[in-house]
Amino acid sequence: MKKFISGWSLIKIFTFLVYVWMFTPIIAVVILSFNPQQFGSFPMEGFSFKWYVKLSHNSTILDAFKNSLVLGSCTAVLATAFGVPAAMAFIRYEFRGKEFLNTLLIAPIMIPEVVLGVALLLFIRWLQQPKSFALLLIGHVVLTLPYVLLIVQARLVGIKKEYEEAALSLGANPFQTFREITFPLLAPAILAGMLFAFTISFDDVTATLFWATAQNQTVPVKIFGMLRNSISPEINALGAVMIVLTVSTPLLAGYISRKFAKGTGK
Amino acid sequence: MKNKSWKPWILLSPSLTAVFLLLVIPICFVVVYSFWLRAPSGQDIPAFQFGNYAKFFADFFYPSILLNTLRVALETVILCLILGYIPAYFFYKTESRFKPFLMILVMLPFWISFIIRTLSWINILGDSGLINHLLLKYNIISTPLAMLYNEGAVIMGLLQYLLPFMILNIYVSLDGIDKSLAEAAKSLGCTEWQAFKEVTLPLSLPGVSAGCLLVFVLTCGTYLPPMILGGPGNEMIANLIFKRIIGTLDWPFGSAISTILMLLLMVIVYTYNRYMGINQIFKTLSNES
Repeated sequence: MKKFISGWSLIKIFTFLVYVWMFTPIIAVVILSFNPQQFGSFPMEGFSFKWYVKLSHNSTILDAFKNSLVLGSCTAVLATAFGVPAAMAFIRYEFRGKEFLNTLLIAPIMIPEVVLGVALLLFIRWLQQPKSFALLLIGHVVLTLPYVLLIVQARLVGIKKEYEEAALSLGANPFQTFREITFPLLAPAILAGMLFAFTISFDDVTATLFWATAQNQTVPVKIFGMLRNSISPEINALGAVMIVLTVSTPLLAGYISRKFAKGTGK
Repeated sequence: MKNKSWKPWILLSPSLTAVFLLLVIPICFVVVYSFWLRAPSGQDIPAFQFGNYAKFFADFFYPSILLNTLRVALETVILCLILGYIPAYFFYKTESRFKPFLMILVMLPFWISFIIRTLSWINILGDSGLINHLLLKYNIISTPLAMLYNEGAVIMGLLQYLLPFMILNIYVSLDGIDKSLAEAAKSLGCTEWQAFKEVTLPLSLPGVSAGCLLVFVLTCGTYLPPMILGGPGNEMIANLIFKRIIGTLDWPFGSAISTILMLLLMVIVYTYNRYMGINQIFKTLSNES
C-alpha cells in the first residue's frame, strides 16, 4: 500500500508538470504582451498597455478581426444548418448506404488540411473564380461540418425517439414535432456545435492560408504575415486578445446556458 | 414505411451536395492535375504523364523529406503517448472534486489558435526566451543556448498542438473500463502494477491506438510548426506542398505531392481500420465539446 501511494504521487506530479509544460508558453504570450520594450522578450521591464493601444489603431488588424468575426459567425450558422438535418437523417432513419455516407461526411477530419486547402483552391482556379470571401466561407463550412455532425449526432442518440412519436401520435405535424420537442432537447448540442464551428473557423490557419488574400484576411493569417519580421510584442498582444476571446466565448456560453436552464426550471 | 424512404435523403441532401461539390470533386481534381504538364511559361497543360511523380522520386531530395516527415510523426506519436497516458490515467483514477475543472483545462488548448500556440514557443525557447533568460540570470550558462530552429523545437510545437487529442482519446477508453476489474485482480493477489499491466492497460488499447493514429495523421498534414519553429533541414511534406502551390505556383507538381501524401495516409488509415476500426476516433471527437 505504501508503494502505491508513492506511485500515485508520481502520477500526480507528472500530470502537474504536463500542465505546466502546456500552459507556460500560453501564459508567457499574455505576460509579454504587457512588456513595453521594443523586442518582446524577457526580462519584463515595466508594465504597459501600449501594444494594445497600437493594435487598436492598426486598421488592417481591425479589418482582419471584423472579417474573422463575420466569417466565423456565417460558418457556424451554415455548418449547423447543414449538419443538424444530416444528423437527424443518420440517427432517426434507416436507409441504404448509411454507414458509408456517414463516414464520407466525417472524412474531412482525416484528410490533411493542407490537401483540403490545395484541392479547393485548385477547383476555384479551374472555375476561373477569384479568391474571395465566399471561398473562405465554403472552405470553412467543409472544415467544420464533420465536427457539428459528430456533436449533434452524439446528443441525438441520447434523445428518446418515443418523445417525438408521442407528439406525432397526438396530432403534431413533423415540423411542429421538431420545433416543439426535438429542437429544445437538441439546443445545447446545436449551440455547442455552433461554438465549435465558430472557434475552428476563427482559429484556422493551415487551410485558410491557401484561400486568403491580402484584402480578405483573417486574424491568424494576419499574424502569420506579421511573423515574417520575427516575433514582436504586438504579435503577443494580438495573441493575448485572441486567447481571451476564444477561451472566454465557450465558458461564457456554458455559464449563460446553465443560468438560462435554471431560470426556466423554476 | 415505404413512403418515408425519401425523407432522410431530403435531410441529407444539403450536406451531401456540399461535401460532394467542395470536397470529393476538388480532391479528384488534385489527382487529375498531378498528371498534367507545366510548360516553362508557367501554363498548365492537360496531359496524362507521370513526369511529376518521376520528378519526386528522381533523387533523394524529395523522398528524404517524406521520410523525415514519417520519422518526426513517429517521434511525436511516441512522446504524445508517454506525455498523454499518465494524465489520462490520473483523470480515470482521481476522485478530486477539481476533476471537471482539470478536464476543462486540458480541453482549453483546443480553443486557442494553432498559430499562437506554435509561435508561443519562441518566447520560451528563443535566444532571449524564458529558459535562456533564467539560465543566464542564475549564471548557469554564459551564452544563450540555441534551442530554436531545430527538430526539437518543431516537436515541441507539434506536441503542444496534439497532446490534448491523445489525452482525450486515452481517457475516453479508460473511462469505459469498470474499475472493479482491477480491484478483482488485486483481491486475487495482483500488485497494483500487475493489475494495471494485465487488466487496465490492455483494455485501454483501443483509445491508445486511436490517439496514435490521429496524432500521426495530423502531424503528416501540418506545415506550421516546421515553418515557424524549424530550420532549413526540418521541412516536412506539407511544407513542400505549401511552397510549390503558394510559392512557385507549380500546380501539377504540388498536386502530385498532395496525391502522394493522401495515398500514404490512406494506406495507413485503411490498415488501421482493417484491424482496429475507425469508429473509436469519431467517438472521442464527438465528446470534445
